[in-house]
Amino acid sequence: MELFLSVLINSLSLGGRYAMIALGYTMVYGIAKMLNFAHGDIIMVGAYAIYVFIAFTNPILAIILSVITCLLFGVVIERIAYRPLRGASPLAVLITAIGVSYLLQSIALIVFKSDSKMVDVFDFGVMKFLGVTVELHTIVTLVIAIVVMTALTLFVKTTRTGRAMIAVSEDRGAAQLMGINVNKIITITFAIGSSLAALASLSFLLSSNPVSPTLGAMPGIKAFTAAVIGGIGSIPGAMLGGLLLGFVECIATKITVIAPYTDAIEFAILIIILLVRPTGFLGKKRREKV
Amino acid sequence: MALLEVKDLEVNYGVIRAIRGISFDVNEGEIVTLIGANGAGKSTTMQSVVGLIPKNNGTVTFDGKDISHTPCHKIVHLGMTQVPEGRRIFQELTVYENLLMGAFSMKDKSGFKNDIESVYTRFPRLAERKNQIAGTLSGGEQQMLAMGRALMSHPKLLMLDEPSMGLSPLLVDQVFEIIKDINKDGTTILLVEQNAGKSLAISDRAYVLENGNIVLSGTGAELMASDTVKEAYLGG
Repeated sequence: MELFLSVLINSLSLGGRYAMIALGYTMVYGIAKMLNFAHGDIIMVGAYAIYVFIAFTNPILAIILSVITCLLFGVVIERIAYRPLRGASPLAVLITAIGVSYLLQSIALIVFKSDSKMVDVFDFGVMKFLGVTVELHTIVTLVIAIVVMTALTLFVKTTRTGRAMIAVSEDRGAAQLMGINVNKIITITFAIGSSLAALASLSFLLSSNPVSPTLGAMPGIKAFTAAVIGGIGSIPGAMLGGLLLGFVECIATKITVIAPYTDAIEFAILIIILLVRPTGFLGKKRREKV
Repeated sequence: MALLEVKDLEVNYGVIRAIRGISFDVNEGEIVTLIGANGAGKSTTMQSVVGLIPKNNGTVTFDGKDISHTPCHKIVHLGMTQVPEGRRIFQELTVYENLLMGAFSMKDKSGFKNDIESVYTRFPRLAERKNQIAGTLSGGEQQMLAMGRALMSHPKLLMLDEPSMGLSPLLVDQVFEIIKDINKDGTTILLVEQNAGKSLAISDRAYVLENGNIVLSGTGAELMASDTVKEAYLGG
């Protein structure tokens, strides 16, 4: 029972973190129709931002500044690297995104060097809950993830901008005929996705993850996997995929025999799911337009 | 004064010159039709006028403003919109949400209720199915929805690209009746059609497009009487 509860809480928390990152991939894919491979590195940008700002100010303000930094990075990257390629072949955009990813990592390497930095944001400590010792930062991550996902779902469903996002993701040309400024919607999408990445980086720091230039690389690829499992382009899909990945990873690391192969198991699950359901759990078949 | 004036429009697809310098105009209150065979460049013309695909040369003036380089979404805010070929309704949204999207460019939200009621009056089927997912509507209903959605933005000029395509003969007649009706209520219409007979019958004026050039123009009646048109588009 205790083990079950501890695994449950940790899985939900880790899953929430993956879901927040996966949302960035899936929204950009759905609306801008591109795979933003540099998205994972925005997490790294957010972590370094907290590392820098926390030296000058209190943690709350540092977190807010980190979110703003990531948001600006996302928007500026879209503006200078991706927008000029609108209408270019998807391969050109993909290669550009990989280039941006390496560019961000290299800049971090030059500025902050390769050694890992520890950042103390908050120390929430532990709590006894039904006989289980729970690290409170996992609860904090979980709460942030739930709030963010609820807010995002409401935003997309009920606001004018949210509906415009759905329209652009479904048919860019028809959306323009409604008077929707597609470039503006894509900018907003990058801003939201990058802000979520900043919150994910906070979650990494809270769990005492050291900051290094490659901090975002592996979580980025895993969250991308989560987005694909859930059905890339689908917002609830990214949440589902993230949670699923959180459970798989948590359970795998708890079983000593398979723990070293956790990453391999996660990607194997991706392959199996894609074999059975090529569009992921909640993905839709794209209607080919004539 | 012409509401829409297109001068020397050229559009290239890669190295292919799809539209080779055409000029036409639409006066306020008119129904004007572009007829032509498949591949003549009708849809290309429509999409480049509304700003969905770039123009390589030429000028487009709408309501006295030069819109040759204006992006599509801004053109829509100026009062021109299009029911695109293949309808392109938002399949995953409900009928009501599609109409809501149609009103996206309306600054003044107070008119929304009236506007949606008048769409429901014009298209009673849409009222019956307002909460249905649009992708599950029949082809005819989707065409009605696409027209209703476009009307939600109060266009001065409504462009319709092949509105009768893929519809049963009965529905085709109904669509042309509705177009006449919309025009009577004060909306200028630019129509693109393969169904030359039916569209010429309701048109004030028409242009014939062949291989990216306008080869003939005149009133609807004149073109219906023309031997060239009879032979090529009205089945002899």
